[in-house]
Amino acid sequence: MSAQAPLAGEARLSERVLSGHVRAEIDGWVARFPEERQRSAVLGALMAAQHENRGHLTREQMDAVAEYLDLPPIQVYEVATFYSMFETEPVGKTCISVCTNISCMLRGSDEIVAYLETRLGIKLGESTPDGRIYLKREEECLAACCGAPMMMVDHTYHENLTPEKVGAILEELE
Amino acid sequence: MSDNTVTIEIDGVPVEARAGQMLIEVTDLEDAYVPRFCYHRKLSVAANCRMCLVEVERAPKPLPACATPVMDGMKVFTRSPAAISAQKATMEFLLINHPLDCPICDQGGECELQDLAMGYGRGVSRYTEKKRVVKDKNLGPLVSTDMTRCIHCTRCVRFGDEIAGIQELGATGRSEDMEIGTWIERSVDHELSGNIIDLCPVGALNNKPYRYSARAWEMVARPLVSPHDCAGSNLYGHVLRGQLKRVVPRDNDAINETWISDRDRFSYEGVYTEDRLTLPRVYGPRGWADIGWSLALEEAAGTLKDAAKQGGDGLGFLVSPNATVEEMYLLNRIARHLGTNHIDYRLRSRDFRDQEADPLWPALGTSIAGIDDLDGVLVVGSNLRREVPIVAHRIRNAALRGAAVGFVNPSEYEYHFRYDVCIEAPLSSLAGSLAGVLAAAHEWLGRTPDGEWASLLGSVQPGAPERAAAQVLLDKSQSLLLLGQIAMRHPRFADIRAIASALCRVTGARLGYLPEGANAAGAALAGVLPHRGPGGQPVETPGLNAEAMLAAPRRVYVLFGLEPEHDLSDALLAQDALGAADKVICFTSHASDALERVADILLPIATFAETAGTYVNVEGAWQSVEAAADAVGEAREGWRILRVLGNHLELPGCEYRSVADIRGELSEALGDCSANTAYEGDFVPACEPADCDEAALDIPIYSVDGLVRRGQALQQTAAARETAATDADAQ
Repeated sequence: MSAQAPLAGEARLSERVLSGHVRAEIDGWVARFPEERQRSAVLGALMAAQHENRGHLTREQMDAVAEYLDLPPIQVYEVATFYSMFETEPVGKTCISVCTNISCMLRGSDEIVAYLETRLGIKLGESTPDGRIYLKREEECLAACCGAPMMMVDHTYHENLTPEKVGAILEELE
Repeated sequence: MSDNTVTIEIDGVPVEARAGQMLIEVTDLEDAYVPRFCYHRKLSVAANCRMCLVEVERAPKPLPACATPVMDGMKVFTRSPAAISAQKATMEFLLINHPLDCPICDQGGECELQDLAMGYGRGVSRYTEKKRVVKDKNLGPLVSTDMTRCIHCTRCVRFGDEIAGIQELGATGRSEDMEIGTWIERSVDHELSGNIIDLCPVGALNNKPYRYSARAWEMVARPLVSPHDCAGSNLYGHVLRGQLKRVVPRDNDAINETWISDRDRFSYEGVYTEDRLTLPRVYGPRGWADIGWSLALEEAAGTLKDAAKQGGDGLGFLVSPNATVEEMYLLNRIARHLGTNHIDYRLRSRDFRDQEADPLWPALGTSIAGIDDLDGVLVVGSNLRREVPIVAHRIRNAALRGAAVGFVNPSEYEYHFRYDVCIEAPLSSLAGSLAGVLAAAHEWLGRTPDGEWASLLGSVQPGAPERAAAQVLLDKSQSLLLLGQIAMRHPRFADIRAIASALCRVTGARLGYLPEGANAAGAALAGVLPHRGPGGQPVETPGLNAEAMLAAPRRVYVLFGLEPEHDLSDALLAQDALGAADKVICFTSHASDALERVADILLPIATFAETAGTYVNVEGAWQSVEAAADAVGEAREGWRILRVLGNHLELPGCEYRSVADIRGELSEALGDCSANTAYEGDFVPACEPADCDEAALDIPIYSVDGLVRRGQALQQTAAARETAATDADAQ
């Protein structure tokens, strides 16, 4: 693929937008796959980019990832919009994902969701106006059925939830 | 039975198949129809529509025929109750979200979903919930979208990735939120993107200029041949009450497979424009006047006779390379009859020094399909995707199969495949850069150039890019050096060609040409050349070439199918020469202001869609078609006008009743006209820098001829807008 060469003196988009740390992380992912299979590194690359941007991806970042991996941008957009781990709009700093799949639902996840929505004053898929907390919409099974109902706060699992426990967790966040 | 063949049974009939073939390929060959949406023989297998489910003995569930390889002894049932029920169930799912808007859908009547819903759908829907609605996308001026109709077959997505080489469309979101689109607001810009219209099995992607203007079942499909480039892509013109409504590809695996360029698909809009010439017109003391055909032809014949009386030397014929063979042959006969050899089709060429060494006709050096199998292609002086999109696609095929591809071009044009090298040669010294490649080839072979080559190559120091370019051709079983239109329009073409042919000699590569226009081969064969008659017969006293005819003004000019301000190498020179001429007779389909300024007689001719005729493409295929649409107004087929004109001029043997008569006479005169592109001249090249301007040599994709320039939709594409912006900057 002949990517358009930048004009003299103009830095590549990926160099301007992606930090050295992110690029090093992407290089690590690319190295895990056979040559010319750098498309496989898109997930890892987007994760790394999202981490450095308060939990969401901008179009510029996705274009930069596409350029860095020498892919058409649409292939990056496809991945970013498919997986629920990626956000393409700005969201709150802390991400709370309540599992609403079958096991958790049977064990009362609806109640947990209702509690969170009332307490935070937002619906699933929204962020608090102060930009602190984001309630992820329709999270799929997070593989913790034995501790149902459960939720994930950023990357930490909290199991066997009751509204009281959730309240305590929220207070800790504050 | 060889190891490669397996025997399977389809609906009880034993058939042989190649091991590894997908079931659907075998059923298609055996005429056992299996319904499908996502499968397309030119694209990779996606198996995501599930419509082609068939029952296979001992398989626990129905299997998708498009993604199931055949195995020996396999028993397949395409119409068993289990297969039919699986297909019907799939159809019911597909129809859940599909709108019932067939009556206002352009795809209605030619819709794969509609057809299969008739065969496999339920009469009444059991689905009572809300259907999803998807926002339409703006994909630019060529493709209209109704995304709610999309069934996510992903043919358009795979087309971008696999055929165009640049994925412009994708599937974003998932589950019910999945949408086909570009995600960001942008148009699809690849020069083959119009093909997604045909690929789309439903009405989601449709022809934007054609939108709502006709119904599929009202139109008649008539075969046409592309009049815009030397590939000669096969087309169907869809005609309603004599009017061309749209153009679609006609499958021909030897040329365009099942694709056509956007230029071929949308140029038909140029047929029906305001400035279309509908009546013969003559310029008199009181300005322009419409007159009847008989008067117009008398007037034209009188003018030509007068010129002939003075020796014929004062007459010049300039002929568009997009005219048909029959028109060209008659023009050649008329010119010679009037005693002039000043006739030429090489309108944008600038260097005729070595024309004696030209091949009988400018040929590709291989077949178009044969490009796929080359293992080395060096393209010299060609903005390939602009010039001949179908050949560019074939070269991409070759590259994907592992061929080495290299370019020697004034700029690094964008290609969506991996190529070995691109030498960015300054346009003025294209010959010098190519000499570097030749020197590198000599160096690698350990040969020392002799004679005049020694002094030429002695001064050239090949670097790494030149060595890489030489490697593209060296040590290959089938390699080709292609001279493109930038090279052929170059003021130092003779030098470039002599060096290129020397490079072919030392590397064993064949030489090929990508000439201007749709019928350069036909023009050369029909004798539209100052130094050669039909079939390459040498002319006793060679006439003036296209450029010389204008540099040394003639008294009378005949222009056939061209616009002097756009289609000649030097528009200013042309303006002066034509302005100073006593009479200018123009055979033209359109009358632009510029043409009216220089012309004295305007004769309206039929466009490619309105005339019977033959085009010879760059591989030498003679393709004849009948007129598809009715000519606009009083426009007439070029060959008929020329025949009557010939009669007026007392041209002997001009009683042709049809194009077949003309073609027959020409082919008899031609005999064997196979192409030998090997260079046999003895031109001594030099590498002096030439004075030239890239903009004049690299004609934009949507500016090549009058029809394309009048294609409204084409002129709104990103490529055309870019050209317009550059032109504005230049002024």
